[in-house]
Amino acid sequence: MAVCVAVIAKENYPLYIRSVPTENELKFHYMVHTSLDVVDEKISAMGKALVDQRELYLGLLYPTEDYKVYGYVTNSKVKFVMVVDASNTALRDNEIRSMFRKLHNSYTDVMCNPFYDPGDRIQSSRAFDGMVTSMMIQVC
Amino acid sequence: MADAALFEFLHTEMVAELWAQDPDPGPGVSAGPRGEGGRAAGQKMSLSVLEGMGFRVGQALGERLPRETLAFREELDVLKFLCKDVWAAVFQKQMDSLRTNHQGTYVLQDHSFPLLIRMASGLQYLEEVPKFLAFTCGLLRGTLSTLGIKSLVTASVAALPACKFQVVIQRS
Repeated sequence: MAVCVAVIAKENYPLYIRSVPTENELKFHYMVHTSLDVVDEKISAMGKALVDQRELYLGLLYPTEDYKVYGYVTNSKVKFVMVVDASNTALRDNEIRSMFRKLHNSYTDVMCNPFYDPGDRIQSSRAFDGMVTSMMIQVC
Repeated sequence: MADAALFEFLHTEMVAELWAQDPDPGPGVSAGPRGEGGRAAGQKMSLSVLEGMGFRVGQALGERLPRETLAFREELDVLKFLCKDVWAAVFQKQMDSLRTNHQGTYVLQDHSFPLLIRMASGLQYLEEVPKFLAFTCGLLRGTLSTLGIKSLVTASVAALPACKFQVVIQRS
């Protein structure tokens, strides 16, 4: 279960960012912002190494004492960043991958929506919001 | 099978609808030169409207189609993806040839373009053809732009139904 989910455009500005404990939002925004550097590093490292497979899933970007940050980049250079509670050790890599896949599918649907202008913030899509809510941790 | 026909009919109607407005620009627009000048401006606007529509569709396609494919390594890969996957998805066939001068210009050639094949085979209707290609040019430009490549796409027809799309990459 994610604690914070962010969708970041090609030009590195946020298209959608939402975190669950809404008091400390700024901390999560800052974490996502710093993780962008790591994402860029991974992308450029992939480009230089002559690897045959270039994966979209970037894996664990960096761990902090409370949280772990995962990244995923699409072919259109839109980045998804997810912050997960580090105490939740039951979360497997496969689950993170499937969460990113769901995110990617929902993002593609938003893109295909004729009422959505590419480059705008994702504000009015209820389906996208619903999908992100289902991924976030349940806090009562 | 019927999907191809649906798109062809939709496209034909789009062109017919957007072109029909041209001889009668409307009260707001006719402040400028009338007659030949006004009509030419109307035609240009219809072409850019069609191209704009194609651009938006291309942007969505560029997001949807490469979903499971791995990240592209270089420009040529993106162009090959355009010729194979995008063309196959939209027109149920692949582009017939791709040429490049390795300086940022690519020429994509289709020997029997599906949107033109119903019209004629030869030189008939050559003057009417540009408006039927505007949407597809926009489509190519939109897909390229989602994949991170700024470009300029133009189309030319020597003899129906073969047509060439020229993609010039804009490097800033």
